[in-house]
Amino acid sequence: MKLLVPVKRVIDYNVKPRVKADNSGVETAGVKMSMNPFDEIAVEEAVRLKEKGVATEIVVVSVGAAQAADTLRTAMAMGADRAILVQAEEAPEPLAVAKILRALVEREQPRLVLMGKQAIDDDMNATGQMLAGLLGWGQGTFASKIEAGGDALSVTREVDGGLETISLVLPAIVTVDLRLNEPRYASLPNIMKARKKPLETIAAAGLGVDVAPRLQTLRVVEPPERKAGIRVGSVAELVNKLRDEARVI
Amino acid sequence: MSGTAREAMEFDVVVVGGGPSGLAAAIRLKQLAPEASVCLLEKGGEIGAHILSGAVIETRALDELIPDWKEKGAPLRTPATEDRMLFLWKKRSVSLPTPPQMHNTGNYIVSLGEVCRWLAAQAEELGVEIYPGFAAAELLEEDGRVVGVATGDMGIGRNGEPGPNHAPGMELRASYTLFAEGCRGSLAKQLMQRFGLREGVDPQTYGLGIKELWEIPKERHRPGLIQHTMGWPLDKHTYGGSWLYHFGDNLVSYGFVVGLDYRNTWLSPFDEMQRLKNHPAVRRHLEGGKRLSYGARALSEGGLQSVPRLSFPGGLLIGDTAGFLNVPKIKGTHTAMKSGMLAAEAVAEALEKGRPAEPRSFTRRVRRSWLWDELRRARNVRPAFARYGQLGGFIYSAVDTVLLRGRAPWTLHHPHTDHAVLEPADAAAPIAYPKPDGKLTFDKLSSVFLSNTNHEEDQPVHLRLRDPGRWRTVNWDRFRSPESRYCPAGVYEVPDPDAPELRINAQNCVHCKTCDIKDPTENIDWSAPEGGGGPNYPVGM
Ligand SMILES: Cc1cc2nc3c(=O)[nH]c(=O)nc-3n(C[C@H](O)[C@H](O)[C@H](O)COP(=O)(O)OP(=O)(O)OC[C@H]3O[C@@H](n4cnc5c(N)ncnc54)[C@H](O)[C@@H]3O)c2cc1C
Ligand code: SF4
Repeated sequence: MKLLVPVKRVIDYNVKPRVKADNSGVETAGVKMSMNPFDEIAVEEAVRLKEKGVATEIVVVSVGAAQAADTLRTAMAMGADRAILVQAEEAPEPLAVAKILRALVEREQPRLVLMGKQAIDDDMNATGQMLAGLLGWGQGTFASKIEAGGDALSVTREVDGGLETISLVLPAIVTVDLRLNEPRYASLPNIMKARKKPLETIAAAGLGVDVAPRLQTLRVVEPPERKAGIRVGSVAELVNKLRDEARVI
Repeated sequence: MSGTAREAMEFDVVVVGGGPSGLAAAIRLKQLAPEASVCLLEKGGEIGAHILSGAVIETRALDELIPDWKEKGAPLRTPATEDRMLFLWKKRSVSLPTPPQMHNTGNYIVSLGEVCRWLAAQAEELGVEIYPGFAAAELLEEDGRVVGVATGDMGIGRNGEPGPNHAPGMELRASYTLFAEGCRGSLAKQLMQRFGLREGVDPQTYGLGIKELWEIPKERHRPGLIQHTMGWPLDKHTYGGSWLYHFGDNLVSYGFVVGLDYRNTWLSPFDEMQRLKNHPAVRRHLEGGKRLSYGARALSEGGLQSVPRLSFPGGLLIGDTAGFLNVPKIKGTHTAMKSGMLAAEAVAEALEKGRPAEPRSFTRRVRRSWLWDELRRARNVRPAFARYGQLGGFIYSAVDTVLLRGRAPWTLHHPHTDHAVLEPADAAAPIAYPKPDGKLTFDKLSSVFLSNTNHEEDQPVHLRLRDPGRWRTVNWDRFRSPESRYCPAGVYEVPDPDAPELRINAQNCVHCKTCDIKDPTENIDWSAPEGGGGPNYPVGM
């Protein structure tokens, strides 16, 4: 079974993002970037499926600037077999990414697309669902456990208030959550070997997809600073404050 | 550790460290010997992530290495325009004549981390293989010759046992290994012991530099302005001072260096740098601005007298790890790069001529170069400050460098190591530091936060007390835990002075190396943590 795993290059999770002086967005120039942590979990799961003999080939794809090639190399160092870089100028919106992925799915014919549930930069949580909609495939979102058997997958989902297990007929889309696994390190020998694995670069335009933005960003601002907390004397006082001041109960 | 399971790879040359010296060496080597395989390891998560410097740089070495750096888009964008040297009292200041070695005409104010990122791109274009995120943790030696380095294991738990994600380290073997770890390199320290490289030279002396990057209102930004201060808040026996450089897009690099031969155990370099911002000479530059980043790094101040033997079987020491910093200029970038280039020349020749064990011609090349001449002229300045205090040192330096033009027939020596001069707590005067205001001055923790430092928590602590018992009898009983004051990242803490015990928050470490230098009995050993750990300084630092 062939797997397609999309990965995104985002601001490294250790870096505190800074809003640009003109409020047009978050400063990314010269900031450390790395693979979206949820995508790392997806790559790890793909590699485990390959190690179990379920998957035969893992193709990773990234949509973005030329530097996303670094992210793809990391995915290959973790165990992906080859990579496709779809070069696009500005970070395209989820719908455009989903359409690009649809074009690649039609070309590559994977049985399963494994992807992060969301990217930590914009927290959209949309691309996987949109791709499932565009393809008309079944989807298992927020997966914390995946079991493969024959032509179906059993996916345990993290839902409000508990876990839900569903059975998916392949081909399908699965988006992964934090508890699915702990990704391996890209070891130095594997990073060296990944330099020799194939990486194909194509232009977004070449796929015939319209990547023009549908959304317009008005202003990006830092969240307001948190006010200092207060200490309450008793439960009764707490209840009063929650009811009368915060008006949450 | 798990020696047998390791993979190995062969190169002609391995470079340890991706600072100016290591990158210049790698580039020069590929220029001279395009066929040679060159691999460079960097412990930071990316090139530049661990680089902390002023920095006003001279382009002399860069001009020689990449003459068309301007056309190639090197990030040297702010030419120096104005030099100020101030001597401070608590409320007042006077301008001092700028010493000749501190004139900056023709120099540039840069983010050295950004320059390194650019140099790395040049190196990769020439075919250098660069691997950030991997520290060289171990020397490989065979038959008395260094044959490369090994990276550390990944995924070893805090208890020293391999965890589920364990990945063994890798051996990088090479005909020659260039050590470019910067000030107080952890492997360089082992090499100095192993091969007796410090025999017959003065001890190395150091300074600690703490830096903040600010963005200030456009109206007050004067790109190219360079200001240095001496005097307050340090007493007259303590060497140090501040720098303040306006550069880039409304950015200001502000920082403070204190000589690690300071004596008062109560001194806190971090708090000195914070309170100095209250002085009008500094305040007027930063007020109304925003602090973007924070970090710290030690620098070598010993100069010529302290330069160790540079070659040993299988390799060379280059850059600030060898102590090639010009102290009166407070510049080590051009000298680090030059030493890397000379090392590359020596190694290229050795590769050609049968690969002898020791590329000895390096020392000869250094001694014949402008680098040596420059350090020779500057050699008496730092020791004069140690002897005659701040103003006395300043006057001595003027005589030595202006009247004698660095040709004084004598050489002043460094009589002792920095760690040996600390005075016991009861013999020294406690210092009362003002509370931070959260706008101009800050506490340590919110500062460390801005260094973006991070270490995988479940790993062996990379800061080790050789003799844990000695902390109580020496560090606490005699000196009242100087490490909790000099560490600029709040790594060392004594939570309860009534039941004193040392807590080590190793994940906060910004790799400045001060504890490895200043611990009164050299009881603290800094070793490389899991690769990728440490600060993540953004471009601009
Ligand atoms: C506060 C301060 C201000 C300064 N101001 C100026 C200035 O204004 N102008 C100027 O010219 N110079 C200045 N300098 C000096 C200049 O920054 C240094 O001389 C120069 O950076 C030295 O270059 P280097 O390559 O030897 O070492 P570094 O720049 O320290 O680089 C060493 C690199 O090696 C890496 N490394 C270390 N050990 C290992 C290991 N075991 N494995 C893998 N990687 C490793 C480090 O992470 C680092 O990236 C300043 C220095 C400081 C500290
Ligand atoms: S623990 Fe040592 S090396 Fe790390 S920041 Fe503190 S003084 Fe510097």
